[in-house]
Amino acid sequence: MAYTAQDFKKGQPRWCPGCGDHFFLASLHKAMAEIGVAPWNTAVISGIGCSSRLPHYMATYGMNTIHGRAAAIATGCKVTNPDLTVWQVSGDGDGLAIGGNHFIHTNRRNINLNIILLNNRIYGLTKGQYSPTSPRGFVSKSSPYGTVEDPFRPAELCFGARGHFFARAVATDAPGTIEVLKAAYHHKGTAVCEILQNCVIFNNGTHDAVSSKEGRAKNAIYVEHGKPLIFGENNEFGLMQEGFGLKIVKIGENGITEKDILVHDAHCEDNTLQLKLALMGNGDGFPVALGVIRDVDAPTYDDSVTAQIEEVKAAKKYHNFAELLETNDIWEVK
Amino acid sequence: MAETLEVKELAEVAVRFSGDSGDGMQLAGNIFSTVSATVGNSISTFPDYPADIRAPQGSLTGVSGFQVHIGANMVYTPGDKCDVLVAMNAAALKTQYKYAKPGAAIIIDTDSFGAADLKKAAFATEDYLGEMGIDPDRVIACPITQMVKDCLADSGMDVKAMLKCRNMFALGLVCWLFDRDLDIAFNFLKEKFAKKPDVAEANIKVIQAGYDYGHNTHSSVANVYRIETKKKVPGRYMDITGNKATAYGFIAAAEKAGLKLYLGSYPITPATDVLHELSKHKSLGVTTVQCEDEIAGCASAVGASFAGALGVTSTSGPGICLKSEAINLAVIMELPLVVLDVQRGGPATGLPTKSEQTDLLQALFGRNGESPMPVIAAVSPVDCFDAAYAASKMALEHMTPVILMTDAYVANGSASFKLPNLNDYPAINPPYVPEEMKESWTPYLRNPETGVRYWAVPGREGFHHILGGLEKDNKTGAISTDPENHDLMTRLRQEKIDKIQVPDLEVLGDKDDADLLIVGFGGTFGHLRSAMDELRAAGKKVAMAQFKFINPLPKNTAEVLKKYKKVVVAEQNMGQLAGWLRMKVDNFTPYQFNQVKGQPFLVSELVAAFNDIINK
Repeated sequence: MAYTAQDFKKGQPRWCPGCGDHFFLASLHKAMAEIGVAPWNTAVISGIGCSSRLPHYMATYGMNTIHGRAAAIATGCKVTNPDLTVWQVSGDGDGLAIGGNHFIHTNRRNINLNIILLNNRIYGLTKGQYSPTSPRGFVSKSSPYGTVEDPFRPAELCFGARGHFFARAVATDAPGTIEVLKAAYHHKGTAVCEILQNCVIFNNGTHDAVSSKEGRAKNAIYVEHGKPLIFGENNEFGLMQEGFGLKIVKIGENGITEKDILVHDAHCEDNTLQLKLALMGNGDGFPVALGVIRDVDAPTYDDSVTAQIEEVKAAKKYHNFAELLETNDIWEVK
Repeated sequence: MAETLEVKELAEVAVRFSGDSGDGMQLAGNIFSTVSATVGNSISTFPDYPADIRAPQGSLTGVSGFQVHIGANMVYTPGDKCDVLVAMNAAALKTQYKYAKPGAAIIIDTDSFGAADLKKAAFATEDYLGEMGIDPDRVIACPITQMVKDCLADSGMDVKAMLKCRNMFALGLVCWLFDRDLDIAFNFLKEKFAKKPDVAEANIKVIQAGYDYGHNTHSSVANVYRIETKKKVPGRYMDITGNKATAYGFIAAAEKAGLKLYLGSYPITPATDVLHELSKHKSLGVTTVQCEDEIAGCASAVGASFAGALGVTSTSGPGICLKSEAINLAVIMELPLVVLDVQRGGPATGLPTKSEQTDLLQALFGRNGESPMPVIAAVSPVDCFDAAYAASKMALEHMTPVILMTDAYVANGSASFKLPNLNDYPAINPPYVPEEMKESWTPYLRNPETGVRYWAVPGREGFHHILGGLEKDNKTGAISTDPENHDLMTRLRQEKIDKIQVPDLEVLGDKDDADLLIVGFGGTFGHLRSAMDELRAAGKKVAMAQFKFINPLPKNTAEVLKKYKKVVVAEQNMGQLAGWLRMKVDNFTPYQFNQVKGQPFLVSELVAAFNDIINK
């Protein structure tokens, strides 16, 4: 059966006008329609925060739970009911601060969840405190003299936790977002999608460099598995390896042709170069990588749980409570 | 010498096996209790182990004990003090002698009472018996280590492996002392070590040697005791600990309800055995996830319930602290969830291996907001099965989290468990939303009679909905901050719990004319019952009532509590049940007996305290 975005829509979102979450929600509705899983076989589970309101605007099953615990709740949901397609929606505070422990362990276990990390580098719902992704020195209500701590870089955390899928999109870029969401669905295992999202009230402009089409042309690179890492307004730049790092080269200069450019390998088990791509941008002269940066197959936790249950069922002779009792040392009193 | 042997008939006897944590005292005790149960004796056991896994060998902190109480009639507790103390080393004698009755028989391994052993156990002289005031006539002093080595000399085992069998020598001696049938012990070992027949054989050889040693010398204690079985309830039995019975109760309830059982848990003493037990039973489809923390244990169980399973999380008091928020999520989302709290000594890390009842008010009130939740407390190791079944049934049928309380004593203690037949247990019918309600259904539509909302499990077309931690409109299920609606929803959640039917409080003993009613809850049942029996045997008019269902309280609670001249609430905390009852029953002013020692009550202390109250 074919679905339209309308089949996944519900209610009137109450985010601030211009909030990046509106853009993302529209893309999610469209992506779900294209993916084609029935709304009643879909569960959207969030924590707490502005972005965690999202399940209320979904015509699917779902829960808007408690702060930080969405990944753990989604884990129980998916492991018990593997037939459901489960999406977890969290902000940078919900997912990486209070929920950081669940985030890393979900990645480590490789539960077949699609994790949406809406990153606006600020706490919006509590009205403007710095988040674990705010840059060092960030001035906010709770850091009037600037923060004195370094931020998490979500990809680094995901890779450090042995994550097998990481993709990035800008909320205002609908085609890019839909592409990433579909890839996340098709990846078996934990799929982390970092969505760069603007908070118009408390952190306006945080992703300005890449929020417009023109900005992305200048400051972003769309990575695609098997394609050379080329970017620039006229596709004039490329990435090459240099020593332990990457360098930007201009195609046609110093004898460099397109063939010399590094070809993206999202399926490479070793995440070294994928991490280098993921960490680019933010004032280092490199473009921000968008698209599927890492997508590596690995056994999923939920599949392994099911398989182990089947294995043990085949190996053991007891399959119900009455038979279980008989496995004990029993004596009879006459 | 056999002709001088005196055979004494006893109604009951308690044996305490003690030694280093690694000495296998629990195995020896388990075999002894199984052998006794097999001939129809009533049994009750309790392990007393240190928090350290392997404290230095022979040290005072490393001693672990395992007490077995067997009786011709019903025994309800592991016994205050033991009739026979097995002390495998000097430290065990030093720390465990206080648990021996005056005149108890003491079995020691003299090979573990050398100068170095005595020093480690802080004895000042070599006259360790004299130092402790033990009459040498009561001591069976046997060079157990040497005799085990001699016995296994031809086995080809190394000395370390041989010494692991020392516990079996002591067991053999105890079996002789109580005239036990060794074949039952042999069968037990053959099954336990089915994959290691040489280990089974060595153990059997050593038990026999211990038995023969007793028989041939019948030592300095010239009595063999018999505990005949008076009241037999025919049937098939197994030995079960409270934790295992709890796990079995969950499995039984899930099967009866036709649901998957999901356990989200994080290891914590003394609840971990429930995780271990359930993890074994994948062939029954049980899913267990050892989570990254206590919070995830509970949160994932909530997720599992949402997805249509029986979600369970198991922990102890410190874990409940961490789970509170996720439990509250299940309260407001009105999803089934069973939270097992195997209580231990608190606050904070407290006394991890010791037993208390100090989490009652936490279970009742330890969450933000108006958060009513059923609370059930198992009254004995065997009752853990029924209590876990009842908690699961209540959670599933009333769409609510339920706290099931046990404690370290009940969880680790064991008793004979008559194999249950699931056909005898009530059906479990979760309130699934009927298909014909599709058009009119909303998430918080309630059954008018029970106040329970209907359950729509994901995967059903036409019933998609969003639950959550925010207050919802009682009709539409949408987020609502309306003052009237919140007040109504608060009352509806309370009413739903208040309407749950629980069995009436049962009064035992002198129901009609007791001068004192003893009241307790949960795991103290055996001790309070034994105290009542002793008082009545001494001619006192005493009754007792043990609360298993604590929220909601049984309907006849006030009637029972108001009926007697004097009521004492005895509990292993500072008066939490007494406080709860005073909140619920007007003008109820009981006497209180409170002890927070991390150890089970002593029946003798209860009897003395209750006598004082009767005489006031």
